[in-house]
Formats: sequence, C-alpha cells, structure tokens
Amino acid sequence: MYESMVRQRMLEEKVVELYKSGSIPGLAHPYIGQEAISTGVCVALEKEDLIVSNHRGHGHSVAKGLPEKVMLSELMGKDAGMCLGLGGSMHSTDLECGIIFSTAIVGGGIPLSVGVALALKIDKKQNCVVCFFGDGATNTGAFHEGINLAAIWKLPAIFVCENNQYAISVPVSKSTLVPIAQRAQAYGIPGRSVDGMNVLDVHAAALEAISRAKKGEGPTLLECKTYRYTGHGAYDTGLDYRTQEEINDWKARDPIDKLERKIITEKLAAIEELESIRNKLRSELEDAVKFAQERPYPPDSLLAKFVWA
Amino acid sequence: MKTLSYAQAINEALAEEMRRDKKVLVFGEDVGKLGGVFKITKGLLEEFGPERVMDTPLSENAIVGAAIGVAIMGYRPVAEIMYMDFLHECADQLVNHLPKMHFMTGGKLTAPAVIRTQYSLGRNTGAQHSQFFPSLYMNTPGIMVATPSNPADAKGLLKTAIRGSNPVLFVESAALYATKGQVPVKEELIPFGKADLKRSGSDVTVVAVSRMVGEAVEAADALAAEGISVEVLDPRTLTPLDMDAILSSVKKTGRLVTAEDGCITCGVGAEIVARVTERAMDYLENIVRIACPDIPAPFSPPLQKAYMPETDMIVRSIKSIV
Repeated sequence: MYESMVRQRMLEEKVVELYKSGSIPGLAHPYIGQEAISTGVCVALEKEDLIVSNHRGHGHSVAKGLPEKVMLSELMGKDAGMCLGLGGSMHSTDLECGIIFSTAIVGGGIPLSVGVALALKIDKKQNCVVCFFGDGATNTGAFHEGINLAAIWKLPAIFVCENNQYAISVPVSKSTLVPIAQRAQAYGIPGRSVDGMNVLDVHAAALEAISRAKKGEGPTLLECKTYRYTGHGAYDTGLDYRTQEEINDWKARDPIDKLERKIITEKLAAIEELESIRNKLRSELEDAVKFAQERPYPPDSLLAKFVWA
Repeated sequence: MKTLSYAQAINEALAEEMRRDKKVLVFGEDVGKLGGVFKITKGLLEEFGPERVMDTPLSENAIVGAAIGVAIMGYRPVAEIMYMDFLHECADQLVNHLPKMHFMTGGKLTAPAVIRTQYSLGRNTGAQHSQFFPSLYMNTPGIMVATPSNPADAKGLLKTAIRGSNPVLFVESAALYATKGQVPVKEELIPFGKADLKRSGSDVTVVAVSRMVGEAVEAADALAAEGISVEVLDPRTLTPLDMDAILSSVKKTGRLVTAEDGCITCGVGAEIVARVTERAMDYLENIVRIACPDIPAPFSPPLQKAYMPETDMIVRSIKSIV
C-alpha cells in the first residue's frame, strides 16, 4: 500500500512539473492527496476485478497496475500510451490490468459500469467492477439512473465517490444538502462514508463492499472524504476558491504520512526500508519519464484507424 | 417470400438473432412482459427469459450506458429507446461515449451495441414524440445509422447491425409498423452502405429516407403515367452512405431531389446535396430538398398534414424542375 501511494504521488508531482514545462499538452487533473482511495480499493481487488475511472484517474490506473511509463507516454501523446496517444490524460484502458475505461464526462462512467457489471453477473463470474467518480458526479442524472439500475439488477458493482470537497470551485456544501453516502438509501443499497485520507479505513470498507458484490448481494456506494491538494487541473492553484489554511489542514492529514507514521510506530518496517522504496520508485519514475520522452508521436495513419472496428 | 409487417419483420430479426447467439440481449422500457409499446419485442421474454430480455426503469442514459458496458464485455445488446425524441435523454452515452469507445482506447474496446428507436411523425403525437433527426448522428463519427423503409430491409439490416462490430443507431418509422411487405423466407443479411434502387429512371433522382421512400415510389409511379422518368434510391443506411450510387444516378439524370421526414436545416438532404455539389457540380441542373419546415411538429391532424412531406409534394417538386 505504501509503495502504491508513493508511486502515485511521485508520478503526479512529476505530471504537474511536465505539464507546466509544456511536455504534457491538453488537460491533466492531478490526483495528489487522494491516493489512499485508489490504493485502499485496488489492493482489495483481485487482478480479474475491473475498474472504471474518470478524468482524475491517473492514480486509479497506476494502483491497478498500469506501468508509469505507459501512463506518461499517453499523457505526452506518444505511441506507447495505453490508448496509443488517442486518449490522453483522461482516458485509460488496459484490459490486462482490468482497467476498462476512464471517462472525461463527469458521471458518465456510472451507467457504463452498470453494463460491465451486468456482463459479470450473466457470466456468473466471481468478480466485480469498481466505478470511481467525484462528488460533482453525484449531482448528475447519470449517477441517479446508473446506481438505481445497478441496485434493481443487484449487480456486482461498487460505486466509489471520492468526495474531494469541490467540483472545480463549488464546495460540496453548496451543491448537496445531504451527506453523499446517505443518497444510497434512496436506491435501497448500503452507503458508507469513510475517511478517504486513511488507506486502511478505505481498504476495510472496500473489502466489505467487494465481498457483498461478489456474493450477489448488489452494489454499495462508498463515499471517501478526501481533498485534492492542487487545483482542479495542473494549471490551477485552487487558491481562488480555497484558503491556504484549509489546504494546510488537509495536508496535515496526509494519507502517506499517516501510513508512514503507523509503519514506524508499529515497527512494520524501518525508516531505511521506506527510504529505499522511495529511492527505487524515484529511479523507476525517472526511467519512465525518459522512456516516454524518447518515444515517437503516433503516425498520422493512426488518425482514422480506429473510428470503425 | 412471405408477407410480414414492418413490425413483425423486426420482431423476427430479434428472435432469430437471439436464437442464433446467446450473447444477444434485449433491454429497454416495457420491452418485457408488454413486448414493447409498439409490440416489437413481443414474445421475446417468454422465449428467452428474464436474463436476456429486461425491462428497465425510465432511464435512457443508463439504458445506453448499460448497453455500452455489456457490449465491451462481449455481449450484443439491442437496447430500445421508445421514441427518437428520447435520444436527447441519453445523448451523453449515445454521443460522447458509445461511438468513441473504439477510437479513444486505441482499438482496445469494441462496443457492438444496437440502439433501436422509432420516430412517430404521421401519428399526431406532437412536437416531443415526432422528431426525426438522423443527421445529428451522421455528424457523430463512430456510430452507424440505419433507416429501413420496408419489412425486408428492416429485418435484413437489423440482423447485420446485431452481427457487426460497430455501434448502430437503428431508426424505425412507427408510421410504417403496420405496412406489409415481402420478406425472404431464407435468411438474408442486408449490407450497410448499399443503396437500394427502388425505381429506375432517367429524368430525376430522388434520394428518399425511411417513410419517404414509399412516398417517393408512389410519386415515381404517378409521374411515369405523365411521361416523367423518376429514379428512386433508398440509401437504407445514412452512415455509411452509398455516395457512389447517388453520384452515378445524379450524373445520369442531372437532377436531385432529397426527401426526408426531419426538419430541413442541416438534415440528411443538406448533406447529400453538399456532397453531390462537391463531386458532381457539372452534371447538376437542379436540386430540391423536401423535408419538414423548420417548425416543431404540430398536433392537430390538419396541421400535421400541412407540415409533413407527402407524395404530392414530391410530385410537385419534380414537375417544377423537370
């Protein structure tokens, strides 16, 4: 868990740097601060379990096993990206890793996950699909329609809401009067709210939801309260609508620091071991950046290749 | 050959495909016990069971989303959206997701989902239950658009749609559901992108879509008695569109009439005229687009009659340019 969280954090810090220097074009929505959620959930999944991700999804894919060099290649629009450079930052598919799709339309992944879960159910597979989305998505019609349908059909799906407190600039308190987890009641499914800054809490809640899904008892809505340290995009400080004090308060609850303290206090590993993990990850990341930078852009012939199957 | 109604032909296509391939699923509003509000899915629940024929809540976006998800997992869903007007309810899944799954993932996913719907112009259903706007989806790369005009085409095109690898928007005309026609007893798959020559002629080419094909054929027959030779083409699918057939016909006749049930601006006719103008300008003497005016569909029967293009309008238009 520690390694996965640090891997995502380092990757995203590098993404912000590469974005600002112009190596990553388009849009990029950093996951920094939310790593406990992707990690807690994905560690609880088996390899054959599936995820559907969203625009803030680099962490989800890496937590599910996508190599950083592939992710970075996609972000730079290079040929070695998981979508061959046709997708970009907001789209990730790698079937071997169980990454079905990432959508750039807020809430759009929810109805799609219903279909994925329907296939798992008809196939009688002992697997599930996790759909990640933010607090903003819970106010879309897709959220309502999709979760209701999954509930009626008792599908093996887990709806993970990463409540990072803001839909771009609008705080969740100004867009929803009830706690997000409470919305599950309206669909007749369990809804749980957990500390999304604590990977062990997320993990425990995910295990319960996954077990329920795999037993054929239907979906769960899991709200993970968290915070994005950056603004909405890599270009945005987020200070136009948030105070530095608020950001600092959340950073004081950093999920990686928290786990690190626990590891040290409970003597699960020595500081030197953690340091060596960090060093290894740093060097792997540098290799990944170099790999992506050296890859060619896709040829123009790719342009029309995948419009039709 | 056997005689079937347009509705029966679609029902047969669904049943035969479901028998042939266990991966074919049908879901949508009222498609189960009721057999669909137009009875197109009648008998499917009884024969194939609730695992393959599923009623859904009134959630068009979730219906199409579920179709995408289950299709990328290897199934062949045929989802029904009750009225074409309701496609706007699921525009996000239908436009932003479905047609782009293969493209955005660099070919890793395919989504062979068929979205069946119908338009009801001609049935006095008012402005929100009459619209026909296939050109919106011609403007959306990655989804094929079929608009069958008769029972045999409806059956053959739907079978092709279900077996293909690409998403298909299958637009039926409710005004045609009761229309009877000859359908081959032996299985016949109709390829996409292949226009059907309904009448051969030398004075004018009419490219008609869906319900207007029958009207155009009637017009052609009426005009033949007056010595005007009308060629009628039914493209059958709008994406892909058989431009070769349209261009060679126009090059022969020098006159082009398009006929459709949607509003005229940016309609199917607009696109066909643009393409023909680009590629065969020197052959063209005249062009007329026949469509509904840029007005929402009215309810009152006399107003609807004034609003809808009919055989008479085609006859008058052809006479004005020949």
